[in-house]
Amino acid sequence: MPRKSFRQALNEAMRLEMRRDPRVFVMGEDVAGGKGASGEQDAWGGAFGVTKGLLAEFGPERVRDTPITESAFVGAAAGAAMTGLRPVVEIMFVDFMGVCFDQIFNQAAKFRYMFGGKAVTPMVLRATFGAGTRSASQHSQALYPLFTHIPGLKVVVPSSPYDAKGLLIQAIRDDDPVIFLEHKAMYDDMGEVPDGAYVVPFGEAGVLRDGGDVTIVAYGRMVGRAMEAAARLARDGIEATVVDPRTTSPLDIDTIVETLEETGRLVIVDEAYPRCGMASDIAGIVAEEAFGLLKAPIQKVTPPHAPVPYAPELEAAYIPSVEKIEAAVRKAVGWTR
Amino acid sequence: MSAAVTPVRMPRYGMTMTEGAVARWLVTPGETVAAGQDLAEIETTKITNVETAAVAGVLRRAVVEAGRIVPVGTLIGVIADAGVPDAEIDAVVATQSALVDDAADTDAGPVDEVVPVGALSIALRRTPGAGSSDTVPVVLIHGFGGDRDNWMFVETRLAAERPVLALDLPGHGASGTEIGDGTLATLAAAVTGLMDTLNLPRAHLVGHSLGGAVALAAAAARPEAVASLSLLAPVGFGPEIDGTYIAGFLAAERRKDLKDILGRLFADADAVERRMIDDVLRMKRRDGVPEALATIAAALFPDGRQAVDLRADAASLACPVAVVWGEADRIIPIAHTEELPTGFTVTRIAGAGHMPQLEAPAEVVRALRDGFARAGA
Repeated sequence: MPRKSFRQALNEAMRLEMRRDPRVFVMGEDVAGGKGASGEQDAWGGAFGVTKGLLAEFGPERVRDTPITESAFVGAAAGAAMTGLRPVVEIMFVDFMGVCFDQIFNQAAKFRYMFGGKAVTPMVLRATFGAGTRSASQHSQALYPLFTHIPGLKVVVPSSPYDAKGLLIQAIRDDDPVIFLEHKAMYDDMGEVPDGAYVVPFGEAGVLRDGGDVTIVAYGRMVGRAMEAAARLARDGIEATVVDPRTTSPLDIDTIVETLEETGRLVIVDEAYPRCGMASDIAGIVAEEAFGLLKAPIQKVTPPHAPVPYAPELEAAYIPSVEKIEAAVRKAVGWTR
Repeated sequence: MSAAVTPVRMPRYGMTMTEGAVARWLVTPGETVAAGQDLAEIETTKITNVETAAVAGVLRRAVVEAGRIVPVGTLIGVIADAGVPDAEIDAVVATQSALVDDAADTDAGPVDEVVPVGALSIALRRTPGAGSSDTVPVVLIHGFGGDRDNWMFVETRLAAERPVLALDLPGHGASGTEIGDGTLATLAAAVTGLMDTLNLPRAHLVGHSLGGAVALAAAAARPEAVASLSLLAPVGFGPEIDGTYIAGFLAAERRKDLKDILGRLFADADAVERRMIDDVLRMKRRDGVPEALATIAAALFPDGRQAVDLRADAASLACPVAVVWGEADRIIPIAHTEELPTGFTVTRIAGAGHMPQLEAPAEVVRALRDGFARAGA
């Protein structure tokens, strides 16, 4: 199977869906032009190069540059979606979605419900998230819990090129607004990706490794770290199951609980802030629904409740590390009443 | 190391396997084993398989205890004559334990490729294999909803004697989803077309289930291209088939539903591991695959019965035909072996279901080799 980068997998997903369905179009900052030169076309393919080449194939009607006004173009996308188009909007950093919360929370997320199912909003908002690139506090957050909190939104956090392509195709075909978050430190990650179109459904966790001692749940960039921790732990005879829920909403709690029937121990790794994050959410649901399966207290591995630091040493210490995941697993496995 | 000391390593079953676990040792250290005797159950992410002893001797050490996952090529045990001193065995364990040696498997160098055959695109894996330039290769054809990985336990063993080619039928695996009318003739033409494209004038065709019918149809259409036929639980020898399996396979969209369905393929339903389920789901989620599978099912298994009867074609074949069937087959009844044309050899395998190549690979390889030998090629 051909190996492709995360970036290329996402580009292919948009390209294939734009070929398949003329209603699909892309808009965002510098997705068509860029670099500031007057008239220069397809210079970047968006700030991270993900839409590169779409302009040449689909033209300026379907690959549209926007001004730096997220509130306006996200609102425009919600309206376009309601009237039958299928916009895929790029927002440079998820941190910037703060300026368009009303469009997302009160408009797009509510249309289906408030119009009694007579309106749908097939809109995808793509944005980068995550720390690790020295981008400081306003460009490094993992804000998926904010959107997970809102009924009416679907929230996707892929961890591999294969999943990224299948989940984005699913997102574009979905009739509800989807927040699709791409870790900015993962665009060059390589993996096997088929050439054709395929979907990865929402609400179905991936199980990347099976082991009987502990379940590690992780999202996005933390999945790779969880896998590395699991490989290290295996050398000491501690076998971990690694679960990537892939979507925070809907959340596949069934698969997590199913693995706990065997492991009885749960470690949740989350790059988001610890308060009201996915780690807290999953821990709460498991404590409520599967308390009897637990042999040890649930361990959370998250950053501290603090903004993402700029200083490289501090930023590295801030992000959950393989060592911290390993330590949390050992704590869970070694716990006695 | 004395020639009488044989290291036992974690085997590689198919190209995607990188590690495995010793699920259970079937021989206790100190016990004598015969060559070919069941040695240990090896659990992979797809399925559990029984590894047999390569040589006769005494299992002197079980280096890797049951339950531990180790990389392919890791030393898991040592077989030696009873007379070899313990110190020599310990030295082998000490020097070889850290060494991961899978050179024996990578020598063969399987290659994945996609080949255009007319309007179709056919994915396949070629294992160069042993033999001279005029050794007749073997072509492996999987069943409905399967793919080339269904042969993971037999591919490398067959490659010890001859080149092996495992293909994905149209609408399956990594092949294109263009399948035309989805009839047997179309699928058989894809196989013979692939052989023409690859410049293979003659091959031993091995087909499982639907693939058996495809192989048979190819042999009937192009007898000169087929040295021998081996049919594992083939379609085409009677009207009965578990139609609820076909319908359930087509309908299953989630892991749980599919696990129950795939479990029916095996005598031991628990043999199905998560990776096998995930791989089938991945295939079913490719654009065009559900439609292709539904087209094939409608053409060949309408109303839960087999629509194609190949018994007359089978009776007129000139090449040797070997039929292999699991006694615990729940998909196509083993009773279909009762009225086979004269001259067909039949191997019935106890404890295997509809997938004998996965549940009883050693027996299947033996039956296949016997079949090839009867062709004298």
